[in-house]
Amino acid sequence: MQGDLGRSLITRRPVTQELLKRINLTSHLAVMSLIVAMLIALPIGILSAVKQDTTSDYVGRFFAILGLSLPDFWLATVVITFLAIWVQWIPPIGFAPLWEDPARCLSQLLIPALIIGARLAAVSMRMTRSSLLEVLRQDYIRTARAKGTRERAVIVRHALKNAFIPVVTVIGQQFSVLLGGTVIVEFIFLQPGVGSLMLDAVLLRDYTLIQGAVLFFAAVIVVTNLLVDLSYAWLDPRIRYR
Amino acid sequence: MIRESVTADAAPAAVSHGGPGAPFALRGLWGAVWLLVRRKPLGAVSAVIILGLVVVAILAPVLAPRDPYEFNLNERGLPIRMQAPTVAFPLGTDPLGRDVLSRIVYGARVSLIVGLASVIIGTLLGTVLGLVSGYWEGTLDQVIQRGVDTTMAIPGIVLALAVMSVLGQSLTNIILVIALVIAPGASRVVRGTVLAVKQQTFIDAAQALGASPGRIVARHVLPNVFAPILVIATVWLGNAIVIEAALSFLGLGTPPPTPTWGAMLSGEGRRNLETAPYLAIFPGVAISIVVLAFNMLGDALRDLLDPRLRSR
Repeated sequence: MQGDLGRSLITRRPVTQELLKRINLTSHLAVMSLIVAMLIALPIGILSAVKQDTTSDYVGRFFAILGLSLPDFWLATVVITFLAIWVQWIPPIGFAPLWEDPARCLSQLLIPALIIGARLAAVSMRMTRSSLLEVLRQDYIRTARAKGTRERAVIVRHALKNAFIPVVTVIGQQFSVLLGGTVIVEFIFLQPGVGSLMLDAVLLRDYTLIQGAVLFFAAVIVVTNLLVDLSYAWLDPRIRYR
Repeated sequence: MIRESVTADAAPAAVSHGGPGAPFALRGLWGAVWLLVRRKPLGAVSAVIILGLVVVAILAPVLAPRDPYEFNLNERGLPIRMQAPTVAFPLGTDPLGRDVLSRIVYGARVSLIVGLASVIIGTLLGTVLGLVSGYWEGTLDQVIQRGVDTTMAIPGIVLALAVMSVLGQSLTNIILVIALVIAPGASRVVRGTVLAVKQQTFIDAAQALGASPGRIVARHVLPNVFAPILVIATVWLGNAIVIEAALSFLGLGTPPPTPTWGAMLSGEGRRNLETAPYLAIFPGVAISIVVLAFNMLGDALRDLLDPRLRSR
């Protein structure tokens, strides 16, 4: 018991040092995937609920189920190849943080983030729709409408915040899948993150490095779920933690 | 709403009173099929696709036009490499001259075996853990649930990769690894249902009549767990196929030369996507259709088994 993560069995460098070099990219990729997923899911989910059983609802739901069914490794493979063939463009290799070179960072990570975020977007969209439909049937929404509140205000000010608790829960649950997606997408897009580090460690049977990477992913998920739990109290002030 | 038992010992089995499993439990197989067709036509279409997958997997030697391992040779004795789709090779050939259609047909077998076996083992393990944890609670519940927490804190594919690095590549190990990924989630669902069922008066009645805990769990609690487990198992079948394909894609799945959809996509497919895109597109489409079918069937079953969700 040394209080650190030991040394890599292959490179003999400290595992913490190896992880620290890669964490930046994976964190960027995870956060960007989350943002992209929310940017896709929330508008479509809200539109789907407000326009229930219309063409836009059916189209939104179809794309959601499609997003759940397309494996990220296949999507990534097809996207990267067709980008290279049709647009003659591939994402640059060599990571630049957002605060140093935003254009390079976005060109490098936006497409991988879209691919990783597709599944989370699909799940969140379905939950947003389902949760908003339930809230829109509540008495206080009827009261708000009866008072003459504009529909936009009813949705944005009264319904959305209450409908958001199950969505945040799903985001917490799906964050694990999102991080799993980084392993595959980093491998396909040749991005030097913790995921590709772990995959290399698995192929080389570098067990100390594998342990370190697993611990990193577990720690991120625990912290994310803690933040999700804490967000409940902000979303619904009736919820209090003792 | 929960299926109720009348007494601890007099009731031959749990009697349905419109609970989660009621739509299916009351109608028998054909009634359930008709209910699915009438209320959830997309779910019924998905069930037909899945049935098709089962038939293809079982009848692979009959349906596959060629041997999936055979290097097809031309008249000069050279392998027919990367032949675009033709009448002789409807989905083309790979860089070694093997027929892609036959490999996809045989790949269905691997996907189905891995999916079914891992889901059966995973849900069985999860059900046992959930039943023990939910019914007996106390210290044992705490120990089991903290173990479940720990496992669920690790992304499925990361856990699978870590365990595969220790166990090594084989079909059996893939099944065990995916079962390990499924079990914690299943145990949570079962535990939640058991905690709800335990509050019902028919459980009190069974206890008052002197039924043993084992008998109560087996005869009165277990039947109520069936509906949520069925939904979870259906969705997980799709996920298990994707995890197997992802592991094969990353080079840690079923060892070659066994044809699997993930390996076809990764190896010959990915390397030759510019010159022969069909090598990656067809296995990818096969995976997507099957996963889509399992997701839609899972959705349909959930809607039918949970009356609160029917109108959404």
